[in-house]
Amino acid sequence: MTLSLAAYLSFKELWRNRVRFLLVSMVIALITMLVLFIAGLGEGLGTANREYLENLDAQMLVFRDKSDYIIPSSRLDNSIVEEIRAVEGVAEAGGIATSNVAIILADNEVLKVSLLGVEPGYPGSPEVTQGQSLRSETTNEVVIDQNVIERSDIQVGDTITIRSTQGTEDQTYELTVIGVTDGQSYTFQPSVFVSYTTWDEIRTKSDAEIGRASQTINVVAVRLEDPDEIEVVTQRLSSQISGSMVADIPTAIQNVPGYSAQQGTIQTQGVFTLLIGILVIGGFFQIQILQKVPQLGVLKAIGASNWVVGAAAVVQIVMVTTLGVAIGGALTLLLSLGFPPTVPIVFDGAAALLAILALLLIGPLGGLVSTIYAVRIEPLKALRLS
Amino acid sequence: MNISAPIALEVRQVVKTFQSESGAINAVDGVSFSVRHGEFVALVGPSGSGKTTMLSILAALLTPSDGQVLIDGQDLAHMGEAERVRLRREKIGFTFQTNNLIPYLSAKENVEFMLRLNQKLDKVGRLRSQELLARLGLSDRLGNLPSQMSGGQQQRVAIARALIHNPTLVLADEPTASLDTERAFQVVKTFAALIHENDRAGIMVTHDLRMCQYVDRVLQMRDGRLVNEYSTRDEILALAKGE
Repeated sequence: MTLSLAAYLSFKELWRNRVRFLLVSMVIALITMLVLFIAGLGEGLGTANREYLENLDAQMLVFRDKSDYIIPSSRLDNSIVEEIRAVEGVAEAGGIATSNVAIILADNEVLKVSLLGVEPGYPGSPEVTQGQSLRSETTNEVVIDQNVIERSDIQVGDTITIRSTQGTEDQTYELTVIGVTDGQSYTFQPSVFVSYTTWDEIRTKSDAEIGRASQTINVVAVRLEDPDEIEVVTQRLSSQISGSMVADIPTAIQNVPGYSAQQGTIQTQGVFTLLIGILVIGGFFQIQILQKVPQLGVLKAIGASNWVVGAAAVVQIVMVTTLGVAIGGALTLLLSLGFPPTVPIVFDGAAALLAILALLLIGPLGGLVSTIYAVRIEPLKALRLS
Repeated sequence: MNISAPIALEVRQVVKTFQSESGAINAVDGVSFSVRHGEFVALVGPSGSGKTTMLSILAALLTPSDGQVLIDGQDLAHMGEAERVRLRREKIGFTFQTNNLIPYLSAKENVEFMLRLNQKLDKVGRLRSQELLARLGLSDRLGNLPSQMSGGQQQRVAIARALIHNPTLVLADEPTASLDTERAFQVVKTFAALIHENDRAGIMVTHDLRMCQYVDRVLQMRDGRLVNEYSTRDEILALAKGE
């Protein structure tokens, strides 16, 4: 009875003052858009930063000792891969070398990409969704990420021109696209994958490195025979492979340069936006309740219980908040459809759901003080204020 | 008024004391009276005489410091808050000076709300609300919000709301305060007629003695005490005329 009576009062008040409440819902809708965009941006930037590592067919990475788990800072000799493969519990291992180059597109447009040198068929080498995987016996072949296709009109079978800096001069290289992979962005850039030999030829080099075959990779991706044995194998690797340090994939992601600071900043923005939402909604409903003191006094004087008055306030807040969140969610979805692929916004199901749940909570949280105030109004005020 | 009608309200030696900086003040000081079913009583007196405090006690909004208030034989002093809320909902009807109605409910919805509160809103109840409002001359205002009605119309809706659930006691706090003279007479006259017709016990607090011509008895308060009681027609009319 209490709830139906509360819902009746709330709905009637909302309907008869629909313009005023719609304005509040629109404010909540704007807050919702802001929160969802921040969440989407956080997810998008995070994904663009960590996607390759996240999708690795491996459970851990081996770094150079004292590299602080930072991939570009880690330099390992290529021969370490064989040593790692020999450690008990390791199913497979593959070296990964990173660099940054540019693809020359039509009209001399440039697309900057992460150039990842991998061992074909070993951890670190991507699975293709179209075309062929990389092969060790051939050179000048490349597998490109879907992100490259979205930003250009390159297709499997095309020849692409890669530009890299060799010493102090730019040099171009022709590579044949043999396959396409998906979900492999690394450090905000689309990725292209080549065999280690090709990588060593076309990677950006200093003057001293030109003409010298490199034996250096950045990290080694390690796939375990039993992923549950990660701690045991980590200990074995640390003790048996000198000059190395081992991290699981989440640790490696957290140490991607700028990743933690960026995610922390975005999460802080999201939390502050929610706090602002709580204050705005709380302020509105508090003013609303203050204006309704005599009316609530009358309601109580004629026999409405505190439960009815409190529940009516909560139901009203929930209705206004839900409407605002629904409008904001729909507008965000519509807007996001028009974004180009270069805007790093990703509405991941779990992250968006969490943001929406938080948004639905800000109404009741913001209105908590006003609800308590409403419940505490003395019915005697109906007589004294009249 | 039927003098053999059962007693609806009995007030026995009620005292209400408030603490102030200058010490304890008895806002109501040993007041006793009773009201029968079908009887309309006016509570009059100057400002500060204790009328509103007395009304608040009768409405179960204030607890007396001493004494007894019995509505249909139930003593308010022995009731918890939940019981008092229930008593207000079931046994008491209210009209106030202003802010009487719920602003976002129409005239009909305001009246029906008392039935909703008492879980008695059915087809018969809806029809009765409509009839009562028609009886009060508001048949063309059923769907109007309070803001779309005059003060007099709002008071009449409040009267309908106070009576619709057949309460034992109907309390009116200065129901004519915001009305012009003509409307004030109309409202009180209709109020009195409905009290009598429906066999309710009615108490009206007023400072306007002219309104007393429609009541069956006048209780005069001063300094928290009941100082006079006018119960004959001649006495009441003389008081109403200011003689």
